[in-house]
Amino acid sequence: MRPEQGTMQSRAMAMAALLELLTDQPVIICNGFPSREAQKIADRPTHFYMIGSMGSAAAIALGVALSKPNKQVIVFDGDGNVLMGMGTLATVGALKPKNFIHVVFDNEVYGTTGNQPTISNVVPLEKVAKAAGYVNVERVREREDLVYEFKDMLKKDGPSMLLVKVNEMVEDAGRVMLDPPDITKRFMQAIK
Amino acid sequence: MIESDTFVQALQDIGVDFFTGVPDSILGGIIAELMERRLYTPAVREDEAVAMAAGAYMAGKIPAVLMQNSGLGTSLNTLISLNYIYQQPCILIVSWRGQGGKDAPEHLVMGEVMPQFLDTMKIPHRTLTEKTAIDDLKWVAETFMKKRIPVALNITKGVVKGLHP
Repeated sequence: MRPEQGTMQSRAMAMAALLELLTDQPVIICNGFPSREAQKIADRPTHFYMIGSMGSAAAIALGVALSKPNKQVIVFDGDGNVLMGMGTLATVGALKPKNFIHVVFDNEVYGTTGNQPTISNVVPLEKVAKAAGYVNVERVREREDLVYEFKDMLKKDGPSMLLVKVNEMVEDAGRVMLDPPDITKRFMQAIK
Repeated sequence: MIESDTFVQALQDIGVDFFTGVPDSILGGIIAELMERRLYTPAVREDEAVAMAAGAYMAGKIPAVLMQNSGLGTSLNTLISLNYIYQQPCILIVSWRGQGGKDAPEHLVMGEVMPQFLDTMKIPHRTLTEKTAIDDLKWVAETFMKKRIPVALNITKGVVKGLHP
């Protein structure tokens, strides 16, 4: 059954709930619909929108987290992205950056290319993260649980992974409007 | 032959303060020296390493990524659709396996096409020699600052002292 039985929440709804809890933390957002939706929900200079290099969101965030140990760094990732760069779960688990929160919006499909299935319906990514050495991992479906666990992770030492099961609904959001070099400059300035 | 500690010190002197990568035998001495100085963050794949370098750059660091030239293939998409188009420079320290056709079979094709491959990827590159080392590093630093894209310094066998000289 797909998406996971009982999953009613869309990624955009889940993302909006999380963005309400964030202020000036650096957020790295994976390519495809997640970046477009985040830009529509709340465009902040502390957002780094990926438009390509699928699979790299967590690695970019890791570079930021290691270089800015006093800032909590958030990744908004997808199941297809995590599967593509799964080695990075091991790197994060081994290096154990305390300031690293990895949110995975898991809709079990490659949404941007037409909802072809991923394999996250049978591979529990939060368990992979736990086995790799993430300190806190949670899997949630409901909005209340999502908000509760995310608030909790913001208070804890990481690395943490919050996997949120979402449905395949996509927000009507246009492409990322900023030019890539401007995204870089704006983000660098904002996290100084 | 350049000593590994001299080479690492020279990189630090031009401002490099974030080192990651995936090992190669030619780079063994350099990585050992970086580990000794507690400067090295190991990656599991070269595309992960260049993405980490991109993050480090945006957080104010000057990053270098060490890799075997086979890693250029692994990291191709990340290099061009992240580091290059977002103008996130990094210094690629690439061991030139297969140069001159004398190496294990898996290195020969990349060894032969590497300079053209880097040209096609629009990555400025230079090959380190002991005689020109000071100029080479100056060129790396200047190209990094001016172009804001990945720049490669190729290392051939025997130019920087390895673990087993």
